[in-house]
Amino acid sequence: MKDETILITLNGKTVTATRDETILDVAWANGVDIPRLCHLKGLTSVGACRLCLVEVAGVPRLLAACVTRVTDGMEVTTDSPRLQSHRKMIVELLFAERNHICAFCVSSGDCELQDLAQKLGITHIRYPYRFPVEEVDATHSRFVHDPNRCVLCTRCVRACGEVEGARTWNVKNRSILSRVMTDLDQPWGDSLTCTSCGKCVQACPTGALAEKGRATGENTKTPGLFPRLTSMRGTRD
Amino acid sequence: MSKTITIDPVTRIEGHSKITIQLNDQGQVDEARFHVTQFRGFEKFTEGRPYYEMPGITARICGICPISHLLASAKACDDLLGVRIPAAADRARRILHMGQTVQSHALSFFHLSAPDILLGMDADPAKRHVLGLAQAHPEIAKEGIWLRMFGQQVIEWLAGRRIHPAWVVPGGVATPLTAEVRDKILEGIPRAIEITQRALELWHGVLGEFKEEVATFGNFPTHFLSLTAPDGGLDLYDGNLRLRDAQRGIVADQLDPTAYDEHIGEAVEPWSYLKMPFYRPQGYPEGIYRVGPLARLNNADHCGTELADKELAEFRKLSANGGAVLSSFHYHYARLIEILYCLETARELLNHPDCLDTNVRAVAQPSRREGVGVAEAPRGTLIHHYRINDGGQIAWANLIIATGHNNMAMNRGITQAAKKFVHGDRIEEGALNRVEAVIRCYDPCLSCSTHALGQMTLRLQLLDSNGNVLDEKARA
Repeated sequence: MKDETILITLNGKTVTATRDETILDVAWANGVDIPRLCHLKGLTSVGACRLCLVEVAGVPRLLAACVTRVTDGMEVTTDSPRLQSHRKMIVELLFAERNHICAFCVSSGDCELQDLAQKLGITHIRYPYRFPVEEVDATHSRFVHDPNRCVLCTRCVRACGEVEGARTWNVKNRSILSRVMTDLDQPWGDSLTCTSCGKCVQACPTGALAEKGRATGENTKTPGLFPRLTSMRGTRD
Repeated sequence: MSKTITIDPVTRIEGHSKITIQLNDQGQVDEARFHVTQFRGFEKFTEGRPYYEMPGITARICGICPISHLLASAKACDDLLGVRIPAAADRARRILHMGQTVQSHALSFFHLSAPDILLGMDADPAKRHVLGLAQAHPEIAKEGIWLRMFGQQVIEWLAGRRIHPAWVVPGGVATPLTAEVRDKILEGIPRAIEITQRALELWHGVLGEFKEEVATFGNFPTHFLSLTAPDGGLDLYDGNLRLRDAQRGIVADQLDPTAYDEHIGEAVEPWSYLKMPFYRPQGYPEGIYRVGPLARLNNADHCGTELADKELAEFRKLSANGGAVLSSFHYHYARLIEILYCLETARELLNHPDCLDTNVRAVAQPSRREGVGVAEAPRGTLIHHYRINDGGQIAWANLIIATGHNNMAMNRGITQAAKKFVHGDRIEEGALNRVEAVIRCYDPCLSCSTHALGQMTLRLQLLDSNGNVLDEKARA
């Protein structure tokens, strides 16, 4: 039974859950914050960013809280020196991988990557910056795609495909060369599928996708839009 | 055999530089050169960025005058958008600019130059700084620090933070002025004016002791360039370009600032990262001109505010024949007069009946491919010029920074001072400081002007005619 009530231990405290919930769902329901970038309520979870890794008693490896369903008697630890160390490393690697310069970013002050760095107490990056040369795509009349600020969370891909149904965004290449792209790697402004709905912009956790004309720190977003949209659609269906 | 003296680094300035003094075969000073040794490259690495990020990016050029870059950049973006910003936004930007000019001029006068002026050019270098000033003249130092703080607070109250705020945006400002901020600024202005007036009294009292410096610190005929208001009055935010000669005759007036490149050329020398702008009709290097407070006061017909105009009348008396005030030593005096002007102007703007108008932003899409923004930064005329592509990305950028305009004048100024104060193949402490002090008159901001790597320092080298280093002084 998916909705059968079970008991799990979360950070030493016994809490109730249902079998269809993930560790992240149960943690949030009990006021425990687990960092994440790729997970967004209202979109399917992909477990890509690895920031929501948690420790589960009896399991030697770390598990992604957003895609791991709870089981009866599960003992979960969401915060430990080991997890902190991993999370810091992941965020630092994200910073090192692209050209994230908060000083003049349109999303500074409303950026999930910046928030995470502050919460994790990151004051410097221990890894050499890669400084990739990334071209900004400003061909769309209303929006701009700046791959310098992309963390490859693929929220834009899922928002566009699952909620808008346009499937304009996708991922090209592999590994360190992976990039998000529009249509068949055409300029965004030339896309035949884009409906200019802006859901990708609202889903993006950083300033990689932004509205044109917004000055430093002005690109505020409403990612809470997605659970509302999906729940309303669920009601209508 | 000719020789060269090097001062490296030059101290109490903003940025990194060195000075070399070339001696001729007779061991006399032949020429001095001011080398700006840092490079930043904003013009190049902003290519490809969306135009609306430019105010935020270019403000990072400088931690002293980010507001000037914000304003010039936002004005260039206004030009790209083809908008006339709302009147309340124009006033708000001006008030912010007044706050910045007050803090920057206070920094230059009280923190950087007052140690020379009040403690003496030959004072012990270990005490010739703002802390030494605080020991010898605690009241003056405290007041100077307060005045700078007030200017910084004006910026913080208006724009949210003291350094690199993002309040000025293409099309206006992000948020309207509030009654609370207006009242806080108005409350501080009377004390700020009193402090400036006391500093002016002090200046008049000690000026007689600096006859040699007045005569030799960049005292030569040049043209003077600045923005002036349409009525010829002093204007630090907007207006048209005016050029006067050493006799105060108008060479060119009401030039459209967006067509600056028809009038200003930029030369490059292999020994400095700082470009050398010149007045095109006269060519390089004959087209030497100066910008900044001295140029603005020489150019303006009036300040337009009571106390500043009274002091401007005194300033005019420094030139016996009605010509322009030529000695760069008087940049310090001009700075104090401008502080008065800024405080009085800010008060006027804050008392405007529509001061709290909430219409402060014009929203538009780019309608032009090219935009120019010009403002008078504390150190002089600041020009931002952008070209964009169809998507609004910067395709090309040109930035002419106030310190650059003064480059030729600074080189000529240190040559003049070195000829007077440097003798033989050794650099005496007083001579070192006087050559540096010439540079300080211009209050150059080198990190701005070369668009900083390393420490903020200056080196001075004395070279013989074969380029061998005879003596070297460095301060860190």
